[in-house]
Amino acid sequence: MTIAPASFDPDAALARFRRANVEAGAIASFIGQVRPGDANDPTESLALEYYPGLAEREIENFAADALKRWPLKAIEIIHRVGAMAPGEPIVFVAAAADHRRAAFEAVDFLMDYLKSEAPFWKQEKRASGTRWIEPRSEDYADIARWRDGERERKI
Amino acid sequence: MNETRLLFFGPLREAAGGGERLVQLPDEVATPAGVIDWISAGDEVLAARLAQPDIRIAVDQKIVDRDASFDGAEEIAFLPPFSGG
Repeated sequence: MTIAPASFDPDAALARFRRANVEAGAIASFIGQVRPGDANDPTESLALEYYPGLAEREIENFAADALKRWPLKAIEIIHRVGAMAPGEPIVFVAAAADHRRAAFEAVDFLMDYLKSEAPFWKQEKRASGTRWIEPRSEDYADIARWRDGERERKI
Repeated sequence: MNETRLLFFGPLREAAGGGERLVQLPDEVATPAGVIDWISAGDEVLAARLAQPDIRIAVDQKIVDRDASFDGAEEIAFLPPFSGG
């Protein structure tokens, strides 16, 4: 797990992860990027702040949870902090497993937790002004899918 | 008496007028709820923000309930809803 204070290359991260897991039958990955904003009010930059120490520990906790839920060979998580331009990568998540379902589900699970259970805060700067990004109700609905044993290990 | 570092993140940093405060908490202030009452006395804007139930509180880097008592915290952080990923 890496908190990246400067721009990182998610393609290189995926290539590294794949080479480190050549025996895995399935690798799934996700890249989150800074959105361009509206055509008439484009995003100039995105600033991401975090709580050092707690962020790393919370991510380690839910990565360990993913390793218990699915038969995974490896997980990789890279999360940017600091100022980013539209199009820049924010987050990279990858999971390696014998079969695809575990890899897909683990990446989905990790992204839901990164969105609303790790201490990161996004501030968007547009031509019209600066605003903090609030979690959307979908983010809470997404994470609720993994609670209360709704998703038992099925693989 | 030891100093306690109070940390305010994201939009709370702006409501608190800064990300960090070094304070000497009175002995009787020994829960996050007590700290909230103590620091937001006379500051209605901060009081209203910290009263919102979606604000999480970490004492020495561990997220705790508002009424969980602590003994000599070094760092207390006020965490608005997370927006990572």
